[in-house]
Amino acid sequence: MHLHDFVTQFWPSTVDGLTLGAIYALFALGYTLVYGVLKLINFAHSEVFMVGTMAAMWVLHLTGATDGEVGLTLVGALLLAAAVAMAGSAATALTLERVAYRPLRRRGASRLAALISAIGASFVLQQTFEDFYSNQYSAVPRVLAQHVLFHIGAGQVTNIVVLIIVAAAVMMVALERTVALTKLGRGIRAVAQDPETATLMGVNIDRTIMVTFLLGGLMAGVAAVLWDVRFAQTRFDIGFLPGIKAFTAAVLGGIGNIRGALLGGIIIGLLELYGASLFGSQWRDTTVFVVLVAVLLFRPTGLLGESLSRARA
Amino acid sequence: MKIGFFGALSGDNQALGQHILDGEKLAVQQYMAASPKVAVTIDPFDSQGDPAQANNGAQKLIGDHIVALLGPAFSGESKAANPQFAAAQIPHVTASATNVALAQSGDNYFFRALADDGQQGPADADYLAKTVGAKTVAVIDDNSSYGLGLADAVRAELKTDGATDAVDDHVDPKGQDYSSTVNKIVAAHPAAVFYGGYYDAAGRLINQLKSKGFTGTFMSGDGSEDPNFITDAGGAPAEGALLSSPGADVTTQPNGAAFTAAYTKAFGQGPEIYSAEAYDATNFILAAIKAGNTTGPAINTYLHNNTYQGITKTLKFQANGNVTSASIYIYKVENGKIVEIGTANGGGSNS
Repeated sequence: MHLHDFVTQFWPSTVDGLTLGAIYALFALGYTLVYGVLKLINFAHSEVFMVGTMAAMWVLHLTGATDGEVGLTLVGALLLAAAVAMAGSAATALTLERVAYRPLRRRGASRLAALISAIGASFVLQQTFEDFYSNQYSAVPRVLAQHVLFHIGAGQVTNIVVLIIVAAAVMMVALERTVALTKLGRGIRAVAQDPETATLMGVNIDRTIMVTFLLGGLMAGVAAVLWDVRFAQTRFDIGFLPGIKAFTAAVLGGIGNIRGALLGGIIIGLLELYGASLFGSQWRDTTVFVVLVAVLLFRPTGLLGESLSRARA
Repeated sequence: MKIGFFGALSGDNQALGQHILDGEKLAVQQYMAASPKVAVTIDPFDSQGDPAQANNGAQKLIGDHIVALLGPAFSGESKAANPQFAAAQIPHVTASATNVALAQSGDNYFFRALADDGQQGPADADYLAKTVGAKTVAVIDDNSSYGLGLADAVRAELKTDGATDAVDDHVDPKGQDYSSTVNKIVAAHPAAVFYGGYYDAAGRLINQLKSKGFTGTFMSGDGSEDPNFITDAGGAPAEGALLSSPGADVTTQPNGAAFTAAYTKAFGQGPEIYSAEAYDATNFILAAIKAGNTTGPAINTYLHNNTYQGITKTLKFQANGNVTSASIYIYKVENGKIVEIGTANGGGSNS
């Protein structure tokens, strides 16, 4: 135990934990939405994210963006990267639904079959990128040059940190409102609650499921571009570790629950950093999972409960 | 007749494996060009650098009846595979695995064509403490056989040098976010950071350190001495980083000129880390074959009893398989290139 480290690094850990947590939360939405509607764990969601990081990188290279752009070029580059990443991730999510899940659902296959199909799709996507693109890390242009805006204690709050947290918050609120207030959202909640009755009430179930994958993909695309901005590199298996964390975040908050994904993501980001400062960085993942197990012992359905339909979301 | 290759040709650290294989290929090509009595081909196994693949790889190569092996390339996979090659009486000469324990297992078929971590770690620590003058050093590693072993050697030597080991931390080489480690280092503000591990993680670490305002010296070992280290660091943050290696840069030395030219002609790019050691080690094996040794045990005896004048050093093996004289070379990243700036003396534990 390094209590002294924990105290001296409290603010830097908090800032970094919140930043990481914000990305996890966006990433976790894809797991949570799909689970809420289909009761399916979409293991290929980590590759939906990976495609987003790649798409953003490619478009930045294509437009000739370089490190440290300024002014309108910077805003344009970031928006373009975000749009392309969202499009790439959403297209991947929709393709997955169409190719890997829908045929199984049509034939009434068990959820276990869909889970295996998800794992298979995940391998296919990773290895496609490994073999046909690159098995080394590729650098993403650092269009947004980092500079420190202000300090909280010893914690540096940089423009990148602010961008990530604000963008994640805006996207979370937008999604939450979409699901709560729009007709589309009502369809999603209805299918989550009772797919058969929803069909009888005139909800187009295939369309609703597609919309669910689409929303999850869009959120993963935003997470991907934020990841690119912060870490500036990507590779075929970039989605694996954050994917596990995001899935854990979804379970911790209550899988199927949008606000749960937000809460879970933030908690896991913070736990990783606090755990690392307290026990050493080799224990950061262990800390997360010990806390997860402890929480699930007392709240088996996660902190905010499981249901997409009942969570007022 | 086949001689094997065992190392990563895909996966995280494939660049290192490829450079070694290319050195081996060049030696065999030159040998075959002289129309020798015994034809030799290379039987490569792609281990992905993963110790979990080592068993399969050893079985595959032994099943292919190789008479000698260049490799395994990494220390972790060597630990798993070496006993099998020893049991099959196949001499295995590594051009890159530097873990100290590999020479201490009583494996009579093991040879190492370069200095080990027992030399590299103390030499690095001495360089930081004495030449750079760093009195406080953060020592970080990736918890791998190689990374932890090297970092522990640095930690021990720093103490005898009177320098303080300010932070000890271990990163996940597959992770991206090293902010917790960086926060520890920034809070302790040491004069230098040493990282024991491979280039991908080293690049991320130095990048994240610099972006949080670290201005001290960054040093890493031979696992990071690869141009990809600079790419992974995002270019400029890698400037000024020190890298140590038991591997020599022969491209700048007169006796390496012919090798460099032939290598560049064959592979379209110049030799990288361990290409020359692989070339020397393979040539020693080929010399054994040329002298009429065609079985594993015969080649093994030849390697133990003879001396080969290579381009990196004179290969003369001790009974435990370590080479008798070997230096540690210090490199520096200057203007986006890794340049040799001198040698550092090892702790001498290898003699």
